[in-house]
Amino acid sequence: MTLVSGWGRFPVVDSELLRPRSFEAVGEAVVTGSVARGNGRAYGDAAIGAIRTVAMTGFDRVRSFDPVTGRIRLEAGVLLSDLIDTFGPRGFLPFVVPGTRFVSVGGAIAADVHGKNHHCEGGFGRYVDSILLRTGQGETIEASREQNSDAFFATVGGMGLTGVILEATMRLRPVETGWIRERVISASDLDAAMRALDAGDSATYSVAWIDCAARGSDLGRSLIYLGEHARTGEIADGAGAFPAGKNPGLAVPVDLPSMTLNRYSIRAFNELYYRMGARRAGGGHVVSLYPYFFPLDSIADWNRIYGRRGFLQHQCVIPELGARAVLGEILDRVARRGDASFLAVLKKLGQGDGILSFPLPGYTLALDFPVKGDILNFLDEIDRLVVAAGGRLYLAKDARQSRATFEAGYPALRRFNAIRKSLDPAGTIRSKLSQRLFDEV
Amino acid sequence: MTSRKSAIVLGGSSDIGRAAARAFAKAGYDVALAGRDVAALEPDAADLRARYNVEVGLRTFDVLDTASFEGFVSGLAALPDVVISIVGLLGVQQNAESDLAHATTIMRSNYEGPSLILGLFAEKFLARGSGTIVGVSSVAGDRGRASNYVYGSAKAGFSAFLSGLRARASRGGVHVVTVKPGFVRTKMTEGMKLIGPLTVEAPVVGDAILNAVEKKTDVIYVSGKWRLVMLIIKTLPEAVFKKLKF
Repeated sequence: MTLVSGWGRFPVVDSELLRPRSFEAVGEAVVTGSVARGNGRAYGDAAIGAIRTVAMTGFDRVRSFDPVTGRIRLEAGVLLSDLIDTFGPRGFLPFVVPGTRFVSVGGAIAADVHGKNHHCEGGFGRYVDSILLRTGQGETIEASREQNSDAFFATVGGMGLTGVILEATMRLRPVETGWIRERVISASDLDAAMRALDAGDSATYSVAWIDCAARGSDLGRSLIYLGEHARTGEIADGAGAFPAGKNPGLAVPVDLPSMTLNRYSIRAFNELYYRMGARRAGGGHVVSLYPYFFPLDSIADWNRIYGRRGFLQHQCVIPELGARAVLGEILDRVARRGDASFLAVLKKLGQGDGILSFPLPGYTLALDFPVKGDILNFLDEIDRLVVAAGGRLYLAKDARQSRATFEAGYPALRRFNAIRKSLDPAGTIRSKLSQRLFDEV
Repeated sequence: MTSRKSAIVLGGSSDIGRAAARAFAKAGYDVALAGRDVAALEPDAADLRARYNVEVGLRTFDVLDTASFEGFVSGLAALPDVVISIVGLLGVQQNAESDLAHATTIMRSNYEGPSLILGLFAEKFLARGSGTIVGVSSVAGDRGRASNYVYGSAKAGFSAFLSGLRARASRGGVHVVTVKPGFVRTKMTEGMKLIGPLTVEAPVVGDAILNAVEKKTDVIYVSGKWRLVMLIIKTLPEAVFKKLKF
């Protein structure tokens, strides 16, 4: 057995880790209690098999690429970073990228990841035309919106519970350059932040970094980053059409002692971040896609900042109506607590596509907390606010929500379970997450 | 005819072979992949074509079938600019201690075959007056260890062959690179206990090979830390070394 954990390093559990080298071997590897794992960037227990975990990053071949349409067929273990580095210089990028580029295509489909453009362009699954799925029953099927459509919509956002995604056909976005025309807006409080995000609805990309140490009249003060793909004529003279992607240079070499992150260091960091950003506010400027989309990727192993015991990310989405009051209440409790993440992220989402996809029209707030003290109880209290507002939590980030919170947030669960059962009547595919939230006890 | 540079990878189905092929194709080389099972190489060829829009060829090559080598080299449509031998077999040391056939296969896979085929390419390159030869050897060839000296001794022979060939060929415009990768996370090392800070992923080796070819480096340890580690190991007196559990 091997100790396996997600990016948040909580929980750490025993699961047999296998690295099959062929699709036949994937089939043989899937026994009762298995789930596929991409690059391990799900924060909690989604990509840990109840008994066995099937690692898919060895499957990283591109099958075909059409340089005219940008349509691509690839194996599920290809990382988005690889796609960007390979096809970016040829004028194509993924339509949707999350906050890290080190996720696999299979993982991005299974979590139906969203990016800074979800409010207008939807999630990762929207640009996937079909998938090759090895179901729990042992069949290998092609699923699309037309063919095996139940399996398709259950797999997009289905957290790997419908089977193992082997291949996918998807569309890439044609771009003139790898640069982003960015505009920074500083918002002095939560109302201003939400207004700025609403006003940014027409921007392709928008996101707000919230100072979650700020309290009182500063509560919710933030920097809103709007972005558009820069055209050829908009980039600086001498800059190449596509910026060089650097491998993470700076790495966090050891687990920092948990006292490194305390209310003082967090407050100081946030103050500095806000002030530096506010100085850039106003006019537009052009930045490389790498820092724009993936600010944390430049620090390898940043999860070690939270110490050996790991951290929890709490990402909820709150429906638009009434969101202001709930978000204010959550931020106030977090600020008073004082040990939350150095930065929180607030952005708008649109309608999700998969049956179990996380997004719904509203605002999503993401917060990091080190694992210590009474954090689990605190987050349960936050969950009650989320549920009361008709919201839900993101399964790709979750490691601890209760069944009740999950079931309240995902009313399409019954339909998902029926499809899952038809693809896997014996209940072969099981992850630590499914044991915690889905499976019959 | 294309004016692009070309590289042939012997052992194209290995993890390092795939990584090297990607690095060269990304740099604009046309690539040929050679291996025992050409059908199994087809997905990798498709991958290279789709990613980098280069020409990719496939060739059957078995490192143990030395009788086929002359036909293999003369059968190539064009002599490549770069030949890279990734071929090797770790084998099982304990079995090799009593099973002569297994020991022979390890020795032939890591020394005889790679040396003979690269020697043949060297003659063709020297006749042309240009070319680069890359042999992937191993840090295990720097000193015999109790735990893998059958493999290590064959790699030592291969390293010596490459260094001799380099001395001779450099006068004729042909460059020879010796690659000592250290621990790499691949099929070959799966299940082995590797020391994290000394371990690299296959793409790092692929990029290092390309870099060495373009910069005309003679011997590369893929991770600089290995140069130091092996310097220490090589200088330990035999009386001390034989007592180490290593």
